[in-house]
Amino acid sequence: MDRILKVENVAKEYRLGTIGGATLRGELQAWWAKKRHLENPNVKIGAKQPMDGREKFLALDDVSFELNRGEALGIIGHNGAGKSTLLKLISRITAPTKGRIYLNGTIASMLEVGTGFHPELTGKENIYLNGAILGMTEAEVSKKFEQIVEFSELSKFIDTPVKRYSSGMYVKLAFSVAAHLNSDIMIMDEVLAVGDVDFQKKCLGRMGEAASSENRTVLYVSHNISTIRSLCTKCLVLDHGHVSYLGDVETGIAKYLGIMNEASATDFDFSEKTRRIDTRTTSGVKMISAHLNNKDNNIYSTGDAIDFMLVIQSSKEINPVNISIVNQYVDGVRIGGSISNNLVLYVGENHIHILFPTDNIPDGIYSLEIHVNSMDEDGLNSRLDSVKFAIPYSIQNRVGVYGKDWQHNVYGHSMYRPLVVENVSHKA
Amino acid sequence: MSIVEPYTGWFNIDIKGVWKYKDLIKLFVRRTFVAQYKQTILGPAWAIVQPFLTTVVYSLFFGNIAGLGAAGVPNFVFYLSGTIIWTLFANCLNSSANAFISNARILGKVYFPRLVMPISSSISQLISFGIQFLFLCGFLVYYSVTGVINVNQYFFMFPLAVLQALILGFGFGTILSSLTTKYRDLAMLVSFGLELWKFASPVAYDMFGRLSLAPGGKYYSFYMLNPVTPLINLFRYGTLGCGAVDWNYYFISWGETLVILFIGIVLFSRVEKTFMDTI
Repeated sequence: MDRILKVENVAKEYRLGTIGGATLRGELQAWWAKKRHLENPNVKIGAKQPMDGREKFLALDDVSFELNRGEALGIIGHNGAGKSTLLKLISRITAPTKGRIYLNGTIASMLEVGTGFHPELTGKENIYLNGAILGMTEAEVSKKFEQIVEFSELSKFIDTPVKRYSSGMYVKLAFSVAAHLNSDIMIMDEVLAVGDVDFQKKCLGRMGEAASSENRTVLYVSHNISTIRSLCTKCLVLDHGHVSYLGDVETGIAKYLGIMNEASATDFDFSEKTRRIDTRTTSGVKMISAHLNNKDNNIYSTGDAIDFMLVIQSSKEINPVNISIVNQYVDGVRIGGSISNNLVLYVGENHIHILFPTDNIPDGIYSLEIHVNSMDEDGLNSRLDSVKFAIPYSIQNRVGVYGKDWQHNVYGHSMYRPLVVENVSHKA
Repeated sequence: MSIVEPYTGWFNIDIKGVWKYKDLIKLFVRRTFVAQYKQTILGPAWAIVQPFLTTVVYSLFFGNIAGLGAAGVPNFVFYLSGTIIWTLFANCLNSSANAFISNARILGKVYFPRLVMPISSSISQLISFGIQFLFLCGFLVYYSVTGVINVNQYFFMFPLAVLQALILGFGFGTILSSLTTKYRDLAMLVSFGLELWKFASPVAYDMFGRLSLAPGGKYYSFYMLNPVTPLINLFRYGTLGCGAVDWNYYFISWGETLVILFIGIVLFSRVEKTFMDTI
């Protein structure tokens, strides 16, 4: 086997907060104020000191894998798992903080559609420019020019400045260039999310062909499970910067859905979950766990209420509080939410019974994000605690009528029913 | 086999990589040129307008009113020659200094040797210079035929002056761009600093007519250390036959130029790998 890419213990660290004082003057002022034990003049009165860049965030931590020629690797993981950072490191846009990446071939990365297109130049000129940006010589582009134009379906407009193009045409042209590069490794970051469905199919076909018959290596990031399934031969699942699975595609997808789904779980412990809250504030309120009532898994049918018991620890009595719930699709898109009536939190462990309706939710995998809010004197909500991906669940309808095998990319993430359709009269 | 690592030494400069992307440099230069003059009526003639107007103003105020021009040489060509070579240097410096910030978007999405950016923006400046130079040559032909000025064999050394202006501008620009990926302050100083620098160089006046600046004058040796001065002198001497070239200082200025280029590239290689995180 011909090894083409080796990623070895790679970590990437970002500093949180603004890097430096944005201007030298701002930084000098802050430094001078600190010297005299005064407040930083660039910080709002009463605000906490800004994050000083010493707080670190590990976007990737100890990631290792290898790829051979002709393999197509799908990289999946929820938002913030480090997928795009990994692609940036492999395509050399920025360097890792630790570890090494060995590349045994040329790379064409498409982290964005039409990088470097200049609106004033014609389609033809942009093909040459874009090809060169992606690492081809002029002669190589010339050799492929006919193919590129044909693939893009834009031969009529090729001498028109691209500023006159529609966004769809723009995408077509850009993808066509990238798809015909002579690179050994092709890196794609969800570029197929744009463009019409037919063209998307054509692109996927082209990429599959590149991997299987031209023996090129493809790295592809997507939230779209079905494209991963149809294109990739291998799958890497990232979770909070760690590799949580590397291997065959079906197991990888199952594992990924598992991260979101915690398949057939009914008890959810919140201690390890991401909290969307400023951890430096001490509200004294903390959600501990949730338990699904009368269930032995977390699979529901549309219309079932998600019946669960939420445990909240509180260090003081708070009256009133309310609970709001946001429903998210598997890719992190917020679909809708709900805010509860007021209730009282007492000191100690509060067990709160919640019924979340699923009347408009079609087949798919989702998660609930839960917030506990209190009302201050001005009637404004302030967030006491918040847990992301608190309760993952899936909707699986047994009957076909109510959204079985729902096409989320066509209909969106919610379903209206009942839809009344009747043939009230007819003529022969 | 290439390796992406967290840290590399001071002298890790990918010259071979830049050479591999020479077609990209060519296309960037072309893009800049074509895009600049699309949908304009005058087109590339615009390259002449700015130095022409500057020259008119300089000839009028510094030349005719203040009398700072060179004796025996028409003010217009004297100031035109100084202005175009200075403009080449200043534009190279400016565009190299802004090469990363103004192209941050593309640099954040695709990898190519980062030096391609300032190199191509410096070379782009050569095109407008070429047009301006032809404009100047027109006047030179006219004035030599009428016997007013004496174009001599040093004329053919103009490529050296041009090359030096290019390298010097590129070197300084690269130093600045390496430093400005984190702090933008320096970028604010650039245009102001260039304005001051221009008056420390023999652009708007003839140094040989000023007692303290002319050879033997008390500021001469100090003044000549400005690396731009000897190159302007060479350019003017060749094209107009006025002033003189002090070869000692000329070689010193080349030394300075190469040192600046070296510092620029070394500083640049330090920030190259991760500047996308801070820009």
